[in-house]
Amino acid sequence: MPLIEFTDRGLYCAQGQFYIDPWQAVDKAIITHAHSDHARWGSKYYLCHHHTKPILQLRLGENNYESIGWNEAVYMNGVKITLHPAGHIIGSAQVRVEYNGEVWVVSGDYKLENDGISGEFEPVRCHSFITESTFGLPIYKWKPQEEIFAAMRTWIQQNKEAGRTSLLLAYSLGKAQRLVKNLAGCVDHVFVHGAVYNTQQVLKNAGWDFPETEKVTPDISKDLFYHNLVIAPGSAADTPWVKKMQPVAVGTCSGWMQVRGNARRRNTDAGFALSDHADWDGLLQAVKATGAEKVYATHGFQSAFSRYLNENGIEAAEVKTAFGEEEEDNLPETKTADAVVNAE
Amino acid sequence: MQAVTEEIQVADIAPETKSGMQLFIDLVNVLGTSTKTNAKLDALSAYFSLAADADKVWVIAIFSGRRPKRIVNAGYLQQWCIEIIQIPTWLFEESYHTVGDLAETIALLLPEKNTAQQPQTLSWYIEKFIHLQKQEESIRKAFIIDSWMQMNKEERFVFNKLITGGFRIGVSQKTMVNALARTIKLDASVIAHRISGNWDPVTTSFTQLLSEESVSLDFSKPYPFYLAYALEEELETLGQPQLWQAEWKWDGIRGQLIKRNNELFVWSRGEELMTDKFPEYHVLKDMLPDGIVLDGEIIPSLEKKPLPFALLQTRIGRKNVTKKQLQETPITFFAYDVLEYAGKDYRDMPLQERRKALEEIVAQTNHPSLIISPVIEYTAWAELASIRFASRDMGAEGLMLKRKDSPYLAGRKRGDWWKWKIDPLVIDCVLIYAQKGHGRRSNLYTDYTFAVKDGDKLVTFTKAYSGLTDKEFAQVDNFVKRNSLEKFGPVRTVKPELVFEIAFEGIAASARHKSGVALRFPRMSRWRKDKKPDEINTLEDLKKMLELYGK
Repeated sequence: MPLIEFTDRGLYCAQGQFYIDPWQAVDKAIITHAHSDHARWGSKYYLCHHHTKPILQLRLGENNYESIGWNEAVYMNGVKITLHPAGHIIGSAQVRVEYNGEVWVVSGDYKLENDGISGEFEPVRCHSFITESTFGLPIYKWKPQEEIFAAMRTWIQQNKEAGRTSLLLAYSLGKAQRLVKNLAGCVDHVFVHGAVYNTQQVLKNAGWDFPETEKVTPDISKDLFYHNLVIAPGSAADTPWVKKMQPVAVGTCSGWMQVRGNARRRNTDAGFALSDHADWDGLLQAVKATGAEKVYATHGFQSAFSRYLNENGIEAAEVKTAFGEEEEDNLPETKTADAVVNAE
Repeated sequence: MQAVTEEIQVADIAPETKSGMQLFIDLVNVLGTSTKTNAKLDALSAYFSLAADADKVWVIAIFSGRRPKRIVNAGYLQQWCIEIIQIPTWLFEESYHTVGDLAETIALLLPEKNTAQQPQTLSWYIEKFIHLQKQEESIRKAFIIDSWMQMNKEERFVFNKLITGGFRIGVSQKTMVNALARTIKLDASVIAHRISGNWDPVTTSFTQLLSEESVSLDFSKPYPFYLAYALEEELETLGQPQLWQAEWKWDGIRGQLIKRNNELFVWSRGEELMTDKFPEYHVLKDMLPDGIVLDGEIIPSLEKKPLPFALLQTRIGRKNVTKKQLQETPITFFAYDVLEYAGKDYRDMPLQERRKALEEIVAQTNHPSLIISPVIEYTAWAELASIRFASRDMGAEGLMLKRKDSPYLAGRKRGDWWKWKIDPLVIDCVLIYAQKGHGRRSNLYTDYTFAVKDGDKLVTFTKAYSGLTDKEFAQVDNFVKRNSLEKFGPVRTVKPELVFEIAFEGIAASARHKSGVALRFPRMSRWRKDKKPDEINTLEDLKKMLELYGK
């Protein structure tokens, strides 16, 4: 029996009797990171990295959490479990599972570029590697983040000059913090949506240091928005929430913005392909660095990515999981439409 | 990512610092991404006030369908890109299906540019393309690859679009004309007239094109078509019925038949010169008086009764027409207006006077290929409303209402002319294949094939791509992704579960389709969530419709 199996509740280690990022309630869950498609409600016990715990408390409420540091071993029925930085968001971990000399690594979501917040991705040698493949096609190649932030600053500057609010849509956990950190310097005020604000408060209480942001509330004067920056999750677009910020230029921050059609579909004024996932080259580099004999590709372009690996001498298989393939808080396609419905 | 960020960031940068190509890229970006007509208008007029004259001529040409012949087909572009980046063909294809645009796929896949060189101007590239048409393939290949490697992603995208001729971006002739009218002080309808017709962007300068000369020198030049909006109000709001002329609305190709200087020209509304495609008209050269322009419908008919549009389509694509075709689908011209008579511009005259002249012309010509589109006699609105129900029997798609005192205007205008189409035909069917869409539907399954029942089998009979909201498309996309058999390639076979009502304007027999029918303008009119797949229509139902409406 393989050390990790693919069950309809999620990735399961029978020997250690635990699941990794299960999509149903289980007895023991190891959580790679706090995004909602990986960290779900209802399990009796959660193991995660120290940095992830406060966010889980915010998102899932009080539960039986245990947190550990990087490379700090926990044993479950003889199975050794350690966590290693995945570079995706704060606290995001790859889970290394070892039993009788056999090593598996579950990547969770990851990116190779160090964003200065999420920790630097650590290549971990293993026999079997379960990798995400959200952007597993060669059309996805990211620009260095400094170039993207520079383009954002130019865009914000132009909006300021034109008397427009700059509204950037980004995942409230992860990308929003990157934006705050990198863009706060170019405006007087950074306003954030409640979801972004709450996340930042939790991180602040846990000792993280971010530039000051102000929560968007009904009593903020309309005039304050112009010339300044607002950061919100994608679901806030096209809702009455945005009306007060008119005239407003909307920028969407997501790897999906790499393709023009996606940007057009969102009706966004600017698309910035800033991602917290590995691009094509990053996925290949990560896979090679593990030295794995067998690779399992999950959520994303798993068919194409695993086929390419097979053709290039790395045995690979695809696995269907219930993890989201999106880079946003909701499914983007339904999101915009939902938002419109809510507005009506 | 650069491609998208740049398009915004450049929008407000001081224009004088930008290269000719960059100005064009900015323009394409706004036209391609904005959903607001005003933003497009602004971008176009900014372009026309900043760009070099030679580039402007090409922009007018490209956006009015006068692009140069393509120098290589898409297959070569794909092959050369694969050679450079060394990926398997299937992976290129997967990428292409996901992006939904070949020009963009190549732009994304190629490695970063290898020089600091700046691209040339728009007209430089296009003139180079024209020059390369006569060169060997290896020279064309070398030019394209060199150009790719000197360009960033944005530039490559536009360059590839120029090659593939795929500027299907949302800019109407009207918007372009209005933008020109802002920059050069001329009336929009005058501009529309001047940039129409048979001019060659290689030899025509911007000044020439927009000068008065352009009209007097080009005998072939058509007038801008007058287009009607759909009638949405009650008939009574139009006032007295006797102030209006009613005609059938024909379903052919809108066209202008011109005879000037003893030459005959036939233009489609899409500004394609179609004179040679329809030899039936050639005899009119000797029969029509000189200095004449007729507006009407290019349409196949027998005994003055139109034949289905599908038959016209069998004629459009062909260079050589067979005798059999000339007999079975003779193309005729249903004339409904005269815009020029005896060399005189008639457009300002009231319709009723133009109509008199038209009747005179058609009667004098007296040839079966020139038919006058009849005026419908009626006295009360209610009477007209019931006449409209006979449209399908007449081979028409509804009625046209024109004020008897109306001049012939340029472009789509409200008030004097209205089209009043009949309700479409509908049929319930089940979705069985899906394909990813293009443009803003990139990476979404939005292009569907539908089937009706034939006993216990399903028979495909039509595709449809439009009619659903973004939200509905997202739901279907999700269903397709969860319920499909294939993993690779563009088409997914889907569990036959989702039922849709398809609306269409006409039906004709077709040997090319398994079902034996071809639909005119099919689209999804309703998602029948209330219906199960076994409640859909049958092939028998379709055949009955064909019997009723398709002959």
